[in-house]
Amino acid sequence: MTWDWEFTGRIIPDLLNGLAVTVQATVLGYTLALVLGLAVALVRRIPVIGTAVFAVMEFIRCTPLLVQLVFVFSLAPNTLSAFTIGVAVLGVHYAAYTAEVYRSGIEAVPAGQWEACRALSLPLHRTWGAVILPQAIRRVIPPLGNYLIAMFKDTPLLFAITVGELMYQASQIGGVYFRYLEAMTLVGLFFLLVSVPSAILIRQLERRYAAV
Amino acid sequence: MEFLIDRLPLYLSGAGTTLLITLLGAVLAFALAMVVGVMGTLRNPVARAIATGYTETFRGVAALVLMYWMAFAIPQLVPYKIDALFAAVLALGLNVGAYGAEVVRAAINAVPKAQVEATIALSMSWWRRMRAVVLPQAWAQMLPTFGNLVIELMKATAIVSLIGVSDLTRVAQEQRASTGETVAAFTGALIAYFLIAQLLIVGMRLLERRANRRLGRPVATGFLALLRPPPATATGGGRR
Amino acid sequence: MPQSDPRTSTGTHEPLIRFDQVVKRFGSLTVLDRLDFTVDAGERVTLIGPSGSGKTTILRLLMTLEQVTSGVIWVGGEPLSHRYQGDRLVRANEKHQRRVRKQIGMVFQQFNLFPNMTVRQNITEGPIHSLGISREEADQRARELLEMVDLSDKIDAHPAHLSGGQQQRVAIARALAMRPKILLLDEVTSALDPELVTGVLDVLRTVAETTDITMLLVTHEMQFARDVSHRVLMFDHGRIVEEGPPEQIFGDPKEERTKAFLHAVLD
Ligand SMILES: Nc1ncnc2c1ncn2[C@@H]1O[C@H](COP(=O)(O)OP(=O)(O)OP(=O)(O)O)[C@@H](O)[C@H]1O
Ligand SMILES: [Mg+2]
Repeated sequence: MTWDWEFTGRIIPDLLNGLAVTVQATVLGYTLALVLGLAVALVRRIPVIGTAVFAVMEFIRCTPLLVQLVFVFSLAPNTLSAFTIGVAVLGVHYAAYTAEVYRSGIEAVPAGQWEACRALSLPLHRTWGAVILPQAIRRVIPPLGNYLIAMFKDTPLLFAITVGELMYQASQIGGVYFRYLEAMTLVGLFFLLVSVPSAILIRQLERRYAAV
Repeated sequence: MEFLIDRLPLYLSGAGTTLLITLLGAVLAFALAMVVGVMGTLRNPVARAIATGYTETFRGVAALVLMYWMAFAIPQLVPYKIDALFAAVLALGLNVGAYGAEVVRAAINAVPKAQVEATIALSMSWWRRMRAVVLPQAWAQMLPTFGNLVIELMKATAIVSLIGVSDLTRVAQEQRASTGETVAAFTGALIAYFLIAQLLIVGMRLLERRANRRLGRPVATGFLALLRPPPATATGGGRR
Repeated sequence: MPQSDPRTSTGTHEPLIRFDQVVKRFGSLTVLDRLDFTVDAGERVTLIGPSGSGKTTILRLLMTLEQVTSGVIWVGGEPLSHRYQGDRLVRANEKHQRRVRKQIGMVFQQFNLFPNMTVRQNITEGPIHSLGISREEADQRARELLEMVDLSDKIDAHPAHLSGGQQQRVAIARALAMRPKILLLDEVTSALDPELVTGVLDVLRTVAETTDITMLLVTHEMQFARDVSHRVLMFDHGRIVEEGPPEQIFGDPKEERTKAFLHAVLD
C-alpha cells in the first residue's frame, strides 16, 4: 500500500474539524492554566497552606497527564462532557508549571522594589498590581509562551478520553478504513505547521524581552 | 490499601516496564542530543542545517503522534511491523533528544570564549578541546535541564499503554476495568510514578553535585538537599 | 603582500617573528595599519601605548586567535598567517596554524585556567595531548615548573580554590610546559590585587633570567618592563611611534606622543 491522494482529500475535512477542537481545547486549557497558575503562585507565599499547595503541585508535575486525564474522566459524573474534563485537567496540569514560572518571575524582581514600596507605604494591592506583577510579567512572557506550545502538543492525549480532536479523528479514520498512513502523516504535518512558526515567534519574544 | 497490596506484583512489573522505557528512551535521547547539539555549534552550514532540521521537526511533533505514526503508518509503507515497545522508545527518544540537543547547543555556546582561546594557545585539537574542556564545563550547565527532561520523558512513557505495552498506566487501567475500583487502581499508579520521579530527581542531583565538585564549585551536602524542589528556571525547564 | 621571501633572502640572521605589512581591521575600524616589525630569537620586547592602540591585537594575531586582514606574519622563517601552496602563499588553514603555533605560548590577563581540571591536569594537558609527551615526563615537568612558581603544594588543587596570583602563576607554568620558543604575555598582572602582583612579576623575572624564551609583553608595570626587556615599542593607532632600548624610551623619549603617554601612566 502506498500514499492515496484521493483518500487524503476525503479525510481532510474531518481532520480540520479535529484541528478546530484541538485549538479550542488549547486556548481554553491555557487560559485556565494562566489564571490558576498565578493564583497558585500567590497562594504559595502563604506559610502553611502554601507548602501544602506546593506539595500537590509537585505531585501533579511528577505524574503523567495521561493518567490524570483517564483517572478524572473515570470518576467524573456523566453530565460533564469529555471536552470539559479534558480542558480542566489540561489546565490544572499546566497550572502546576505556570505557577513555577510566575514564582521565579516574582522572585526575580529586585528586593529594592519591595523596599521602595514599603518606603512609600503603598497599600498591598498597589504594591502587587502596580509594581511587582508588571515587572514580573515581562520576564515570564517567553517561558509562558513555551508552555502554550507544549500544551498544544499535549492535546492529542485527549483522544484517550474520546475528545474529538485531531488525533481522535485520525485514529477513527484509521480504524474505519484500515489506513493510518495518510491521516497520521497529516496530523504530524498539522502539528509542525503550528508549532514551528510559534516556536520561532517565541524565540523572537525571548530575544526582545531578554534585551530589556 | 489492601487492593494495592494484593496487586503489588502487577504494579511492580508495570513500574519495571515504565522504568525500562524511560531508561532506553533517555539513552537514545542523550546520544541524539549530544551529537546533534554539537553539530549545531559547528561552522559547517550542512551540519548546522541538519541539526536545525532535526530539532525543529521533532520538537514540533508530539511523541504520541510520532509513536502512532511509527506503529500504524509505517507498516502501511513497508512490510514490517515495528514492535510497540520499540516504536515507543524511538518516538520518545527522538522527541526528547530534540529538546536535549538545544540544551547541549546552548550549554556549549555558554562556555566562555576565553576557555576556547586557552585551548588554542595550548594547540589542542578540536576533538581534545571538546572532550577535555568544552563538554566537561558545559556538562554542569546541561544537567539541571536534563533532569527536567528525564522527568518529562518518564511521564511521557505513559502513552505506550495506548498501543498495548503493559506499563504502569496499562496495569492501572486493566485493574480498574476488572475490579471497578477506579480510585485505588489509579492512585496506585500515580504514587508509583511519583516515586520513580523522586528516584530520578535524586539521581540527577547526585550527578549535578559531582559535576559541580569537579569544577571546584561549592556543593550542598546531605540527603535532604537532594530532594529540594527543582530550581525554577525562567526558561520553563527546557520544555517547549 | 610579502616584500621578500625569507627562504630566499640571503641575510645572515632570520628574525624569529616578522610582521610584514600586516593590516588588521574590525569592520571599518583599522586597528593595525601596514605594520612591519621583527623580533629576534631570545629577545624580550615590551609593547606600550595608549588603550586601543592595538597591542592586544598583535599578540592575538600571533596566537592565531585573530586572522590578519592582509599582510603576512612569519614565525621562524615560516609563514603563520599563510602557508605555501607550491610557490604561492595562500591563507593558512587550521591544520597549518596548529602546527606552527605549537612554538608559541600565551598567558592571558584573566588566567583562563580550565576549571574542570586540577592544577596538574591544566599543566600536563597540552604536553600530553598536543605534543604527545608521555604522562610521566609531563608530570615530572609539571612538578618542576610548579616548584619554580612556588606552588608545589597546590599540584592537585582546583583552580577555583587558588588566589588570582596563584592562578596566574599556574597559567605561566602551563604555558611554559609546552616549551614554547615564544611567550606572549598580555597585561598578566592587571587583573590581580596589588599585593599579588610582585609574586607573578618575580616568576616572570626568573623565566627571563633562566631561559632564552623570546617574550612579547604588554604591561603597565614600567619598572618591570625596564628590568626585563631588551627593546620597547611604543604604539599609537596601530603604528609604531618610537622604539628603542628601555633606558632610552623611558629615560629619554624622543617623540612627543611617547612623552605624553609616559607622563600619563607614570603619574
Ligand atoms: N573583536 C573585536 N571586534 C571589534 N573591535 C575590536 C575587537 N578587538 C579589538 N577591537 C578594537 O581594536 C582596537 C585595538 O584593540 P586592542 O585590544 O588591540 O588595544 P590595546 O592596545 O590592547 O588596548 P588596551 O591597552 O586597552 O588593552 C580597539 O579600538 C578595540 O576596540
Ligand atoms: Mg589590551
